[in-house]
Amino acid sequence: MLSYILKRLALTIPVAFGVSIVCFMLVHIAPGDPLTSVLPPDASAQLQAEMRALYGFDRPLPVQYGLWVLKTLQGDLGVSIATGRPVASELGKALGNTLMLAVLATLIGFLFGCLFGFVAGYFRDSWIDRLASFVSIIGVSVPHYWLGMVLVIIFSVQLNWLPATGAGPGGSADWAWDWVHVRHLILPAVTMSVIPMGIIARTVRALVAEILSQEFVSGLRAKGLLDFGVFRHVVKNAAPTALAVMGLQLGYLLGGSILIETVFSWPGTGFLLGQAIFQRDLPLLQGTILVLAMFFVALNLIVDIVQSMLDPRVQRA
Amino acid sequence: MTDPLVEMKDVTVRFHGTRTVHAVNGVNLTLMPGETLSILGESGSGKSVTLKTLLRLLPENRTEIGGEVRVAGADVLSLDGRALANHRGGVVSMIFQDPMLALDPVYTIGDQIAEAVMRHEGISRQAGLARALDMLTRVRIPSPERRMKAYPHEMSGGMRQRAMIALALSCRPKLLLADEPTTALDATVQIQILLLLRELQREFGMAMIFVTHDIGVAVEVSDRIAVMYAGEFVETGTVRQIIREPRHPYTKGLLAANLHGAVKGERLDAIPGAPPALETKPTACSFAPRCLVRQDRCETARPPVVNFDPGRMVRCIHAVEPAMA
Ligand SMILES: Nc1ncnc2c1ncn2[C@@H]1O[C@H](COP(=O)(O)OP(=O)(O)O)[C@@H](O)[C@H]1O
Ligand code: SF4
Ligand SMILES: [Mg+2]
Repeated sequence: MLSYILKRLALTIPVAFGVSIVCFMLVHIAPGDPLTSVLPPDASAQLQAEMRALYGFDRPLPVQYGLWVLKTLQGDLGVSIATGRPVASELGKALGNTLMLAVLATLIGFLFGCLFGFVAGYFRDSWIDRLASFVSIIGVSVPHYWLGMVLVIIFSVQLNWLPATGAGPGGSADWAWDWVHVRHLILPAVTMSVIPMGIIARTVRALVAEILSQEFVSGLRAKGLLDFGVFRHVVKNAAPTALAVMGLQLGYLLGGSILIETVFSWPGTGFLLGQAIFQRDLPLLQGTILVLAMFFVALNLIVDIVQSMLDPRVQRA
Repeated sequence: MTDPLVEMKDVTVRFHGTRTVHAVNGVNLTLMPGETLSILGESGSGKSVTLKTLLRLLPENRTEIGGEVRVAGADVLSLDGRALANHRGGVVSMIFQDPMLALDPVYTIGDQIAEAVMRHEGISRQAGLARALDMLTRVRIPSPERRMKAYPHEMSGGMRQRAMIALALSCRPKLLLADEPTTALDATVQIQILLLLRELQREFGMAMIFVTHDIGVAVEVSDRIAVMYAGEFVETGTVRQIIREPRHPYTKGLLAANLHGAVKGERLDAIPGAPPALETKPTACSFAPRCLVRQDRCETARPPVVNFDPGRMVRCIHAVEPAMA
């Protein structure tokens, strides 16, 4: 087991290296250099050169990369051009908010996805199956920002039950676990949960149907197990794959929530990323993408390791 | 006189679906406690379906079962819910052809056996595991303590089949169904498993229905043989009767194929031709297209069933005076 984990860790290093190169190059591929957007257009050539030297943009690329990695490893992601605050602290706050939203959405999605998927797979080709499949297909195919707006119209505008935007009263950014704040989390989390719900439902339906068609299920019935006993076996057989899909969905939600966070003005990484793009805030963009990508790499690693621990058939050699 | 353990009367099994399959067409069977019957027949003749009928393991919604099935006094076709679950594994249990497929891949052997005992006897997990270890010892698996914690894929084919046998016998069933339990194994392991089964059968005093396509195996393990063709028993008798004085042309063909240097374990395809599609209910002798001594009337009506004495039956127009063939 330990050797599997070490091996898997070692495999992650080149991936992380590749990701960092891409993030680094991002700034250099963009037209002009990162200073063009902040310097006044009429800045003298001398001022430009001085600034360039100050930020180290006059050094050879590999040296710049090395310095950048060193700084990054120390937690210094540079300074946001738009706000002048350290990228790391902006990102830290946003990450916390996004994590909260994504975890909650994934849990809701997992719960209902498993429920629908299980029922559909168990009663395959019955009307229950068709209903559950219909719901999950809608879940996958409805544009979620649109769904978000519909929910806002119903629950915020019409019924006035829940707030439409922000993470706290009056747009305050300080989170607390009380009803005043949690209220803000509900609509974005429900909207976001629709994505993992659809995918998990489809995965679980296929899994359950496949497991039930295996001969060992006859074997379980032949030894006299009741429905609940058989159900336990199906769950244990389905769990590694279902959990892996859940982990990957969490990964997608951590990075892929620009639209939903923008619709709800939820101060998370997606919202931040959107701002960085529209304001051409390259340090912020670079830092956000780097951290999100590394998150995803780490999550893949964790999913693989957990899956191998849950499933005795996965080769651990 | 004791009551029979198993009585099947005119049992028919039909599958509905994209096409209808008449898998079993009027099987009659009586088995006394402790007795062993082999069902011998080529692939697709309905052997597995006959066994699964005794456990009601066929897909509920597309299977139509007719006739009467009684095991240990219970009307198997009307059992349901908990009574059916008690019947399965408690009164009748089954060894499958390929234990790799029939065991749950993600549970340990010990847990899979313990679970059955806990279910049927309502004992604790601890006691269930103790029974599992005892059963693994009885089927003579090497280092049983270690196998308790093994998953099916971590064992050899022979060991898996031993574990399957341990599972099947763990709740002391009165009837053991064995569906080609040695087909997936190497020749030497096959013999060990057959010997083990015979020994355990005596030790536990169970009756056994053993399905095989190998005459040699049938002779080895059983008291009586039923030869099955296209969903019907075409001939039944004691092992001696079937071997010494076969009366049905199909049985004779099987024996001849086996005598003429056929390797033990070879499939029963030495008779030219193929079994019929089972899409319609038989209205003639199903064997007629391959039969060398058929007459016109074989193809217009079902041949008579001739019962010589209980347990000796032949379904052929030549049953009484054997044809010159
Ligand atoms: N669940 C099922 N649904 C439809 N047809 C089946 C099913 N099980 C078996 N059959 C058909 O019934 C016939 C007898 O099968 P089986 O009893 O498995 O033969 P065998 O003698 O090889 O064990 C075959 O034609 C098979 O295709
Ligand atoms: S009934 Fe006729 S066709 Fe059928 S086995 Fe006997 S002789 Fe052959
Ligand atoms: Mg079979």
